[in-house]
This record gives sequence, C-alpha cells and structure tokens, in this order.
Amino acid sequence: MSDIFPKWTNKLPAYLLAAGAMMGTAVVAGVWYYFTPKYTRVGYQPIQPVSFSHHIHVEQLGMDCRYCHTGVEKSSHSNIPASTLCMNCHNQVLKEDPRLALVRESAATGKPIPWVWIHKTPDFVFFNHAVHVNRGISCVHCHGQINLMDEVQHAKPLSMAFCLDCHRNPEAFIRPPDQVFNLNWQPESQTKQLADGARLVREWRVEKLENCSACHR
Amino acid sequence: MRYFLAAFVLLCLAVVSIAGFRGSLSRRPPLELFSDMDRQPKLRPQSANEFFADRFSSRPHPANTVPRAEPLLVGAQPVYPFEDHPVNTGMVAGTPPGATNFVELNPLPLTAELLARGQHIFSIHCLPCHGAAGDGKGVTTKYGMTVIGNLHDPRIVRQPDGEIFHVITHGRNLMQGYAAAIEPRDRWAVIAYVRALQLSHLASADEVPADQQAALRK
Repeated sequence: MSDIFPKWTNKLPAYLLAAGAMMGTAVVAGVWYYFTPKYTRVGYQPIQPVSFSHHIHVEQLGMDCRYCHTGVEKSSHSNIPASTLCMNCHNQVLKEDPRLALVRESAATGKPIPWVWIHKTPDFVFFNHAVHVNRGISCVHCHGQINLMDEVQHAKPLSMAFCLDCHRNPEAFIRPPDQVFNLNWQPESQTKQLADGARLVREWRVEKLENCSACHR
Repeated sequence: MRYFLAAFVLLCLAVVSIAGFRGSLSRRPPLELFSDMDRQPKLRPQSANEFFADRFSSRPHPANTVPRAEPLLVGAQPVYPFEDHPVNTGMVAGTPPGATNFVELNPLPLTAELLARGQHIFSIHCLPCHGAAGDGKGVTTKYGMTVIGNLHDPRIVRQPDGEIFHVITHGRNLMQGYAAAIEPRDRWAVIAYVRALQLSHLASADEVPADQQAALRK
C-alpha cells in the first residue's frame, strides 16, 4: 500500500481536523465580531448637507435640546426643526455665511434640506421618544454624548439586545426627570443610581416591558 | 500545513484590514442585506415618500379642515384651536383681521404651576436671546445679534398681555414667530413668567421680606 499512499498521508486526517477547527473558530469569531450593529452601525458618520455642530449649539451657547427638537416630549418622533427655526438666529448670526446657504434657501422656498438619517431603527420597531424622555431616559442613553459631537456619529448599537438591556433593568438607567436633557449629568455613584432608579421605577410604575408587542406591532 | 497556516493568517489579516474594527468611523451607510421588512414603503414622519407628488410624508392640513385636537381648558371652558377666542389669538373675540384689539390680561388663571411652566419654556426658547433675567443680554449678543428687546423696557412692560402673545406667535422686527415651537398654553405661561420677571425688576428694596433684607444689603 505504501506505493499508492505516501507516508505523509498518515497525518492527513489530523491536519484536516486541525485546519477545520481553525477555520470554524475563525468564522464563528468573525460572525460574532462583525455581524452585529455594534460593528455595522456604530461609527456611522455621514457627511451632512449642512455642517451643523451640536457641540457649538449646546455646549458653547447653552441651548436646550428642545429649542430645536420641539416635539420630543409630545410625539413618538423627535423632529428635525424646520429651517425657518434656524433663521430665528441665523437671520442675523452668520447671515452671509456660505455654509448656511442651504438653510437660507430652504427657509425661503420650503425646499427640505436633505439631511442624512443616521439613527434608523427598522420599520417594524415602534420606538416612542416622548414616553422615554418623560420617564427619565435621557437622549444620551441612545444617542451618546451628542452634545459634544461636531459631526453626529452613530454612538450606540441600537440593537434589540441594547434595548432589552435597559428594558430588563431600567433602574440602572432611569434618571431624575430634570436631568434628562442634561447630557453631561452623571449619577453620584452606582449605588445611588440603583437606589434612585428603583424609587423612580416604583413611583412611576415603569413596566419592564419584554413582550414582543411592546416594540413590534 | 505550513502553507495552510500562512494562508490562514493572511486571510484573517485581510478580513481585519478590510473590515476594520467595531466603532470605527464610516461615511458609508450601514449595510442591510435583507432590508425588505426593515424598510417598508409606509409613511414615516419627516421622510420622503414617493406616493405624494411633493414627496412630503408629513402632510399639510387640507383646505377647509380643522385638525383633531384636545381642547385647551380656560378655567373650566374648553377652547379648540380653531375658535376665535383670546387664548388662541391674543385679541378680543370678534376682532377683524389686521386690527390690534389686544386683550389686556392673560386669559389663563394664574397658578404656581403655570408660572413654573412659563419659566421652563422661557429657559428653553427665550433665554438664548433675551437672557435669564429678560434684559436682552442673552448669549446670542456675543455672536452678532444686536437688537434684542429688553423685556424690562417700559414700552414692553406697558404692552397688554395679548400684544406679547401676538409677538411670540408672529414675531416682531427681527424676532421671528414661535408659533410652531411653543403651544398657545405655553405662550401664556411664558407671558405670566415675563410679568413676574418685570415685577421683580420694578420692585424696591423695601418690598423684600424683612428677614432677607440684610442679605440684600451686603
């Protein structure tokens, strides 16, 4: 038989097994690492038609989120403001600036500014902004420190696991209602967060909604 | 086996160098392999929709219709947004268009809750220009806004509440209207708060409670 199969073929099964195991591990690791919104969505930072800086408006000027996103406490949708609202100040501030040409044109003609939508949940997810911000979930929980971003970037995965982390354990996240729009707020300590969070969950009767129809309708 | 190992390491390196790491900056939209249920051809607010000629998914009200709405309670009386009532217009009911027959007083009953709401709305929408004290020295004065009304100006102190409502709603001079941003009830709340600010500004030191006068004189 040694004439037909050379000696090295004795090791072939072991080699094949080792190679298969390595390939299998690599594929599993690759899928685990890459096939998740933590990879596919986080870090998405499209070039917007107008280089609006949240950092300047919130930190430097001290504006509240709700000056522009007026509907966030009342509606499921947190609105992008009409360009006429920008002109409240920019009819005088940076009046001739070419970076704001699109805003001026939009305010004058009603033609929408083609903002690129970054935080896109699937259409079968019914996320309600109002119910979250009115019950102590801050902008920062889902959007990251958007107040420090000169260019908005997708900061959190917004995957189903991400939602459930909080839905299963709201007391770790719920904050006092007057700190919801203060994106720099930090709890004094983790134990205080858990104690205050548990109290707010009890007082507001926050339900730990995990049933499918809470989000999928 | 040596060749396999080399190829394997090369392959891993190639994948990592092409795909990068989690959270790395990307200008391209996230890849959606099966997007048929993720992206349904339904209306989403503020998104383009091909069904309509102008592609606006958020539709304007059709002509000769009124929106369904919760009435605003003035005392116990419900007032709907389309009614000709001072709380909606700032004018005496029956005022013809273009006239300036402003109501003198805030139609909403003055409560601590209304004042607190007014302060809250003031700090969001008015404070950037008019300043926390209402003196017209908000942060925007540093960035080229020059003519900002000082709310303690006798001209404004003497204005009827209805006129201030009209200014918030439709704007005046360089200030634009805030009708889209502030609901009528909140506008009246802001007016109540502005009146409180004006009152505090016009007060004399003798009106400060006796136990706090010492702190004031320091």
